[in-house]
Amino acid sequence: MKQINILLLLVIMVFIFSSCESILPKAPDSSDTIAEPIEGLTPHQLAFFMEGDELFAKIFTPDEGLVPIFIQNACEGCHVGDGKGHPFNKLTRFGKYDEDGNFDYMLDQGGPQLQHRSINNYLPEVLPENATHFSDRIAPIVIGMGLLASVDDQTLLDLVELQNNEMDGITGKVNYVLPNDFFLSEDIHIDSSGYYIGRFGKKASKVTLLDQVVFALKQDIGLTSDFDTEDPINYVIASNTSDGVPDPEVGSDVVNRLVFYMRTLKSPSRRNETDQSVIDGEQIFKDMGCVKCHVQTLTTASSEIEALSNKVFHPYTDLLLHDMGMSLNDNYREGNAKGGEWRTPPLWGLGLADDSQGGIGYYLHDGRATSLEQAIEMHGGEAAGVIVNYNNLSDEEKGKLYAFLMSL
Amino acid sequence: MNKIIASILIMCISVGSVLSQESESIYKRPFIDFGKTAVGGYLEANSNYFSEDGVSEGFSMEMRRFNIFLFSKISKRVKFLSELEFEHGTEEIALETAQLDFEFSPFLNFRAGIILPEIGLVNSNHDSPKWEIIDRPLSSTSIIPSTLSEVGFGLFGNLNSGNQFINYHLYATNGLQDGIILNEEGRTHIASGKSLKSFEEDNNGRLMYNAKISVKNNNFGEIGFSYYGGVYNTFALEGEVVSEERSLDLYAIDFVLPFGKGVLQGEMVNALIDVPSDIVEIYSSQQKGGFVDLVYPLYKKEMFGYQNSVINACVRYENLDYNMGTFKSTGTEIGDEVTAVVAGLSFRPTDGTIFRANYRHHLTTDILGNAPAIMGGFQVGFATYF
Ligand code: HEC
Ligand code: HEC
Repeated sequence: MKQINILLLLVIMVFIFSSCESILPKAPDSSDTIAEPIEGLTPHQLAFFMEGDELFAKIFTPDEGLVPIFIQNACEGCHVGDGKGHPFNKLTRFGKYDEDGNFDYMLDQGGPQLQHRSINNYLPEVLPENATHFSDRIAPIVIGMGLLASVDDQTLLDLVELQNNEMDGITGKVNYVLPNDFFLSEDIHIDSSGYYIGRFGKKASKVTLLDQVVFALKQDIGLTSDFDTEDPINYVIASNTSDGVPDPEVGSDVVNRLVFYMRTLKSPSRRNETDQSVIDGEQIFKDMGCVKCHVQTLTTASSEIEALSNKVFHPYTDLLLHDMGMSLNDNYREGNAKGGEWRTPPLWGLGLADDSQGGIGYYLHDGRATSLEQAIEMHGGEAAGVIVNYNNLSDEEKGKLYAFLMSL
Repeated sequence: MNKIIASILIMCISVGSVLSQESESIYKRPFIDFGKTAVGGYLEANSNYFSEDGVSEGFSMEMRRFNIFLFSKISKRVKFLSELEFEHGTEEIALETAQLDFEFSPFLNFRAGIILPEIGLVNSNHDSPKWEIIDRPLSSTSIIPSTLSEVGFGLFGNLNSGNQFINYHLYATNGLQDGIILNEEGRTHIASGKSLKSFEEDNNGRLMYNAKISVKNNNFGEIGFSYYGGVYNTFALEGEVVSEERSLDLYAIDFVLPFGKGVLQGEMVNALIDVPSDIVEIYSSQQKGGFVDLVYPLYKKEMFGYQNSVINACVRYENLDYNMGTFKSTGTEIGDEVTAVVAGLSFRPTDGTIFRANYRHHLTTDILGNAPAIMGGFQVGFATYF
């Protein structure tokens, strides 16, 4: 009897262990996750992607240069799961107009961005008293960046021309910015007397992903790199009060892997694409004219990464700046983007946004809208005409529109 | 309820006969028979198979711990005990205990050396063969940083009357250090406050204090209240004050209660951590957590010729909130929580040897409270005193 009991127990154990795989937690449906590589990467490219993924999630420590001041200690801290950020990591840029009417980013007082957190006995930065203009932003979703980076400048200029010809009040424009000294012009870029078209950031102030990543390392995490070796300084203490970690705190190896990761993160697959309400919603979206700015389809130029070369994709953005009216005007200038001007954000991943924002969707540049309805109603300026169409929708039609947006 | 209070009161007042050092949990190890000198230890090895959200690293085996004890009874009332731990082979070697106990009276003993602060249920009672579940409770490793061993000294003693006991410990130690926030986790992580440097000198010249009182009744079981805390940061450099003093306070309640033929045991801990206000949402200022274990004998007979062998079933429930409070910007709750359930079977051919098989299931919520990551896995292994 005893032996039988023990045997039984052993059999049960063997059974449990052999069924390991089937009881263990399953992977979420791949259309519900966004941290995936684009299809068609070679094994070597995949290895780079994985290393970049790890660096994107890496928590930087005070010994590695997180000090003296920072906003978050990891890219993922703000771009949670590569998705949209939460207002608790909102960043603030500041500046003022000087006597000649030129916008001053107050670099000598810690501008353009506030690092309000500090660790290891450093003091957090505070907004300078004479700063008069501010811009608050939450982190955007960072998937599909490689596709956006591979669209050529001519496509954007063509869209500007198209919009201007239509005389419906929608007049997108490009932001011409002076690139950094490490900028290398590629075939897709058009030189305009030393200025280039910006496409990253909420006011399209960064020309390349490299630009964006170097800026993020320094201004968001407080890390110097091979491309920018000066620590952010808290001028309340004094100039020359950088941290005690030798610079550069990260090498070009880290920067390049992060850029590669950004380039090769896939845009999410859509969900419920074939539902009738989603199909109807898409038609409503088009009919109302939302697609004039949230352009459905773009095509990449040829790229050295095969998976990004000559690809047709659906970001729902024109990458252009639009004046969005008084209520979205933060009076903060970046390049030739004025206070009310914002780059149309891609709408891909919109339906997954709240998965990375703690269950509540926070929309628009500073997360001020907590529903799609609010986000759309706050459109003004160039979008005013389209919003009249939106306001004329029945509740049912609005429901279909949201179903479509949530399927992206 | 009245009965319990009354019995605690009776216990406190009627100090009758007294116990000796030998009732200390740290001496409840099979190799010690209170002869002159004894060498012993324990060994623990496991194999694991875990999967998180469908991604598994596959099977792995580990030689988790090999600990050697050396005990010496210097005289009838002076004792020495040490414990040298080898974790994962020789990856980490630590002198976990090296203490001298000197008895003035059973109620008043002096202890000094490398000691194990008395906080919660596990720290001074952490030997693997004593536990039915392979992994230590999360509250005892990530909030109470077990095994915490520190240079320190203090007093301990026992009182008893009939079948009630009171046991107390009062220690002063160098204490945990800056790593509580200056760490690789990028958040408040009390266990990272341990530092090998603290065996040499304190980082801030302020001791940490530890006190525990436990009350035991042979019918009702045992309940303990403990505190550990003090200033953890280096607030002065060469005497110049460069920062505010920041302190850590840990409060814990633990219990071991009879439950039919089995045992119900657990702990709850609340940690208050003084953190600079500008980083407080990322680096939490309050953590709490706890666990409950139920261990129940299923089968207690001679098996394979082992006379007192037992098969136990066990379940553990644990819940931890590593970051309490709400976000200033949105008023919503800060996440960073873990809920875990463990179920298992164990076979003890003899008291000091255990074979264990566990299934573990964790739900881990990130700081924003997004849908939890789900981790599950099996562990099998053994642990034995020698
Ligand atoms: C403090 C929060 C924060 C951190 C940390 C952070 N970002 Fe960002 N990120 C933002 C915000 C806010 C923007 C929008 C910036 C703008 O408007 O100029 C942004 C924009 C971007 C963009 C451009 C997206 C677009 O649609 O144009 C990329 C790419 C990016 N971040 C990558 C990174 C990388 C890589 C890191 C780590 C090195 C990082 N970010 C760290 C908040 C953050
Ligand atoms: C004139 C160009 C334009 C038109 C037309 C337009 N949008 Fe937008 N949309 C924008 C810009 C620019 C933003 C970003 C504004 C901000 O961040 O403050 C935006 C933001 C959004 C957002 C929030 C995205 C996010 O990630 O936070 C949604 C949703 C949206 N638009 C939907 C629509 C819908 C639906 C329509 C049609 C009814 C529409 N938009 C029409 C330019 C436009």
